[in-house]
Amino acid sequence: MTAVGQERAHSTADALRADDKKDAPANKDGGPVGAVASWVDERTGSAKGISYLMKKVFPDHWSFMLGEIAMYSLIILLISGTFLTFWFVPSMGETTYTGSYVPLKGVQMSEAFASTVHISMDVKGGLLIRQIHHWSALIFVVSIALHMFRVFFTGAFRKPREINWIIGLLLAMLAMVEGFIGYSLPDDLLSGTGIRAMQGFILSIPVIGTYVSYLLFGGGFPGQDIIPRFFTIHVLLLPAALIGLFTAHIILVMVHKHTQYPGPGRTNKNVVGFPMMPVYAAKAGGFFFVVFGVTALIAGLVSINPIWMYGPYEPTMITAGSQPDWYMGFADGALRLLPGFLEFNLFHRTWSFNIMIGAILMIPILWTVMGVYPFIEKWVTGDNEEHHLLDRPRNRPTRTGLGMAAITFYGILFAACGNDIIAIKFDLSIDDITETFRVALIVAPIVVFWVVKRLCLSLQRADRDLLLHGRETGRLMRTGKGRFFEVHQELDAYQRWRLVDFVSPEPMGLPPATDEHGVRRKGARKERLRARVSHYFFKDRIEPVTPLELAAAHHDGHATEAIESHPDEAESGHIHGGAEEIGASHAYGHPAPHDKQD
Amino acid sequence: MTDDTDASIPKEPAVSQDESGSAVATRDEQHAPAHFENPGLPPHVHRLGDTDPAAAKRSERQVAALFTISMVATVLFVIAYAMIGKDADVILPILGKVHALNVALGVTLALSLLGIGLGAIHWAKTLMPDEEVVEERHPMRSSDEARAGFVAVMSGGAEGSQINRRPLIKYTLGGALGIFAVPLGLQLIGGLGPIRGDVHDLKTTLWDTGVPVLNADGKPEMRDGKVVTRPRRLMRDPDGTAIRLSDVTLGSVFHVLPEGINDTPEPSNEKVKAAVILIAMQENLIKSARERDWGLNGVVAFSKICTHVGCSVGLYEQTTHHLLCPCHQSTFDVADDCKVIFGPAKRPLPQLQIEVDDDGYLYAPHGFEQPVGPSFWERG
Repeated sequence: MTAVGQERAHSTADALRADDKKDAPANKDGGPVGAVASWVDERTGSAKGISYLMKKVFPDHWSFMLGEIAMYSLIILLISGTFLTFWFVPSMGETTYTGSYVPLKGVQMSEAFASTVHISMDVKGGLLIRQIHHWSALIFVVSIALHMFRVFFTGAFRKPREINWIIGLLLAMLAMVEGFIGYSLPDDLLSGTGIRAMQGFILSIPVIGTYVSYLLFGGGFPGQDIIPRFFTIHVLLLPAALIGLFTAHIILVMVHKHTQYPGPGRTNKNVVGFPMMPVYAAKAGGFFFVVFGVTALIAGLVSINPIWMYGPYEPTMITAGSQPDWYMGFADGALRLLPGFLEFNLFHRTWSFNIMIGAILMIPILWTVMGVYPFIEKWVTGDNEEHHLLDRPRNRPTRTGLGMAAITFYGILFAACGNDIIAIKFDLSIDDITETFRVALIVAPIVVFWVVKRLCLSLQRADRDLLLHGRETGRLMRTGKGRFFEVHQELDAYQRWRLVDFVSPEPMGLPPATDEHGVRRKGARKERLRARVSHYFFKDRIEPVTPLELAAAHHDGHATEAIESHPDEAESGHIHGGAEEIGASHAYGHPAPHDKQD
Repeated sequence: MTDDTDASIPKEPAVSQDESGSAVATRDEQHAPAHFENPGLPPHVHRLGDTDPAAAKRSERQVAALFTISMVATVLFVIAYAMIGKDADVILPILGKVHALNVALGVTLALSLLGIGLGAIHWAKTLMPDEEVVEERHPMRSSDEARAGFVAVMSGGAEGSQINRRPLIKYTLGGALGIFAVPLGLQLIGGLGPIRGDVHDLKTTLWDTGVPVLNADGKPEMRDGKVVTRPRRLMRDPDGTAIRLSDVTLGSVFHVLPEGINDTPEPSNEKVKAAVILIAMQENLIKSARERDWGLNGVVAFSKICTHVGCSVGLYEQTTHHLLCPCHQSTFDVADDCKVIFGPAKRPLPQLQIEVDDDGYLYAPHGFEQPVGPSFWERG
């Protein structure tokens, strides 16, 4: 587009919008809306604060919508959950089913189960609300997990956002617990089995296990108390905690202002995007309806947790293929993989590490590891700056490798939770599957770490290659002397900036262990550890292309360009066939006029 | 970059000033910048609708159409709610037989919501301003004055309260705040139980007790002021009928509960411990002498409660005589004392000794020799 054309576009665009603006602000009183706003402002003074909020800028990226999905799912859960409380009876009192679902007629069951069947079968639209509630719980936890991946791999947990990372971790854990307790409420056979297993987990806790079980269940299992108590926890205690933490999470996002990906015009000191009013209000508000709509569509079409088919909980019965909801799968998978020999008797007491590790210790340990990771990375890099520009995952190979290794670990535990399903569907021996998973749980994360780290480094090399050599246009040129070469098109400054706007930290050097008198310095050991970890993190590093390197590549063609930033590993790549034969000045930077970008 | 590479930089950098105004370009390689400069926001490219009123009108119509779809779907929801019965089923491609009302309500609700959502997003994308706005960030850290002010306020507060000068107040306040929650905690913990410190209930099952012997009047027979009892029979779960040894044919499996379990105050709590699986197998397959002794001609009874976390060990495979727990796949060998041959459980399923009475019914002369179900701390 020419400059004149752009100008015209500008003025036309303004002219088109000028129409819209006329009625509202031109009217001095602001009409009835203005009157109400004025009334409120005179009593609250909120005009300033709200206009500040409405002007707040949010950057655009699809990955920022993952957290949004979680937020909207939470709202959908609150709405649909409130509906369900109007019919659900949180009681283990015995009753005989008399509703319209024929196969259960006359069956003895708890009031909790009977009322859930009633919601599903006899309340019009009740099944839809139940399925919306269950599906959005599943989507809630999925989107939290994906949101966490995004935050981790882009380094959004760095200063000043460490607190929000920890709040997010707490939210993730509470969401899982809330989900588990929620699907336990109907007191159906599947979830009752889950509560039974949970009691087994509690009993494995040393010293206080039996006490905790007696307290929670009001005596022996299952007793009469667990469903009403779970109900209070599910509809009051945990939602309050979730909403409180979620509010803090969002306030901190506002305070920090949203992170953004590197790009032209984006710096660590600004945020580039669209203001809340009107663009983000419309987009984000619209997205709430989209999330709700998609959830409703799934709930209308796909059955979830058909408790009337499982029947009421009966302690002596069980169904084959007992799996928890997906987010509890990894913990259940861990229980399936832990070998029985981890239980032993010592001092006339039973130590059930085969249960304890998977059911009691694993989640706190994993969450602690995730919680301290930002601080470990900060310690390793020695970096005390605020970071508002996100990392591209490839530019942090070690972090990305660690993250993918963790996801692999999680994924294998999750798959192990379905070992019986895998055995049936693929006609394999369940023992073989379990043994394979046991080995893979240790080996696969290491392999994945190594592969992902190498992939990241390769992608960084590819970035450098692209920047130094330009895009291969596929156009062959023939010189006057009859030689052929392929024209490479240089990236423009905007494309280039995306590839070079990152910092590749260097491994920390080791300060001398002794002072000038030859005495061991205080803290020398700690520094050595830090240098070692830093070396591990950053020994394989690729730096962004510098103007000098680009200039060198242009000048000397392929003789001196360094794909690796390590000078000693500089490649003298003969990548492009005949290009170097005729000299760089012909091969680069001179695309034919009609190839130029607009 | 090291000095080493710097020295190898050629004399004539061939970077040309491209039209986007790159700051790279310099003819003097001695002063070539160490980094590229941020080129700033790219020039804005307007949308079709910004310049073409027809395109803008088209967008307006599309947005309005989406909002209209929403309204229509809302009306359809109401109609579906009123017209479709609770029990109607409908057969749909892929999904098969589904609940008609649920599908109709779900789809119309979804369209109603999606119409609003997609309409608003389309509106934002095609008609609302699409020029990016730049907002400056400021460091999170408060200014030094503000921090000093904070310290002054806090230390002034401490000063004013004299908390540091009056240790008596400081320590008694600490003590009071330290323990004030105890009553609340005590009430809660005290009320939640009951805690059975001897864990007697975890160590025993209903099989340890007997049922009253009835006299001719149907009343419990008394001797020395005590009710006379006899061991409990094995009853079918769930019909509650007694089992004759002759009913237990080779290869059959019975799910068993103790006689009189429904007369206990909390049958569920008893079932969860006393459930038993009765299996008839060829006696010569049984490897353990004890197991043979405690059974009757190859008919053996084991606790059905998994020793891992307490699920029902409900899957019996006759050909391999293995019992599998569906929860975590612990596998027990019925031919060998129900020892764990695979999976996360550690201990074998406890065996219940069975005998046959004069009427031919199976009964358990005594309870399990060890606690059933999952491990617990005091199990020892």
